[in-house]
Amino acid sequence: MWKNIYLWLDERIGFNDLYTSLLDRPEPKTTWWNTLGSASMFLFVLQGLTGIFLTVYYTPSPDHAYDSINYIMQGVAFGWLIRGIHHWGATLMVLVVFIHMLRVFYTASFKYPRELTWLIGIGLFLTTLGMGFTGYLLPWNQKAYWATTVGTQIAGTAPFLGEFILKALRGGPDLSALTLQRFFSAHIWIIPAILAALIGVHLFLIIKHGESHWPKKDD
Amino acid sequence: MSDSHELSRRDFIKVTTGIVGGLIGAIIGLPSVFYLIDPALQEGGKDAWVPIGKFEDMQVGTPYPFSFTRVQVNGWERTASSFGGYAVRKSDSPDDLLILNSKCTHLACTVNWSAEAQAYLCPCHDAKFSMEGEVVDGPPPRALDIYEEHRISEDGIIEIFFKAG
Repeated sequence: MWKNIYLWLDERIGFNDLYTSLLDRPEPKTTWWNTLGSASMFLFVLQGLTGIFLTVYYTPSPDHAYDSINYIMQGVAFGWLIRGIHHWGATLMVLVVFIHMLRVFYTASFKYPRELTWLIGIGLFLTTLGMGFTGYLLPWNQKAYWATTVGTQIAGTAPFLGEFILKALRGGPDLSALTLQRFFSAHIWIIPAILAALIGVHLFLIIKHGESHWPKKDD
Repeated sequence: MSDSHELSRRDFIKVTTGIVGGLIGAIIGLPSVFYLIDPALQEGGKDAWVPIGKFEDMQVGTPYPFSFTRVQVNGWERTASSFGGYAVRKSDSPDDLLILNSKCTHLACTVNWSAEAQAYLCPCHDAKFSMEGEVVDGPPPRALDIYEEHRISEDGIIEIFFKAG
């Protein structure tokens, strides 16, 4: 019976095609450096999962943000583990995405026909940094508060639009409950949505074009 | 893998990926389950003996009102809840003490002793209870609840055993 169910689904979904194009597509001879994209993807999923778990207890309000994280760290079973993975995974993700970008640059993998993959990759790098920037405020401790004060102040030095950007980021002239709330919203909805969409296109392009071969001496 | 004992390169990769993936999944997945259900596994507040008043102040025939507050910690928040009731002495015997919970058994409003009506009256739906807590009139389904466990301390203070949750 399971076989029939499988066949029925396979006829409509095409598991074989999916499997071939996702996991069994032809690859040029590559190195461990070529696995960093998959590593970034894995970290994205890991951050997504641990992030979802954190929202079960975290409260994005100046009254409770710090206390709720304290509670996650000390009151909830394995809260320290979930938050620890999210905390270190965030740092690691920025690092891995950046090294992935360097690899693509040094092997010249951004050239025709993969320019668009590269451009979207830049978007992915920037949104990853955006995740880091918005997530940093959420613990609402001294470090978070002042880092965001400084970060938004820097954004505010942009010519002409500076003051507007500063107010838009902070939700007003100063850091407040609005800042925390909008950073939270950006961190769990807006930026992840953009990130996921970009990852979709990025993956599609990689499957479409395949990986570039490692450059030879005469390349 | 068929009959040969040698593992092909592909199968080795598949098996290794499966094992490592399974391990990572288990290491993160199992704690996650406990993380989610943790509040359900916590015990509620603490049971305690709560003093309600001096025995000598409680007079036969007049319900003695008392109230107390218990603090419950939920996660990072403390919630204070108020409780109250009446200590009723039916006779001079110190054992003949009835301690009623003033929470109406109908919809949990607080009943008040009315000396005039010689009854506990509920402001919400006109329920009426006798001095000993029996329903006299109105919608309540049963008599007022009783704090069964109580004791008297050395200096003559009545304490009731409060069960949390």
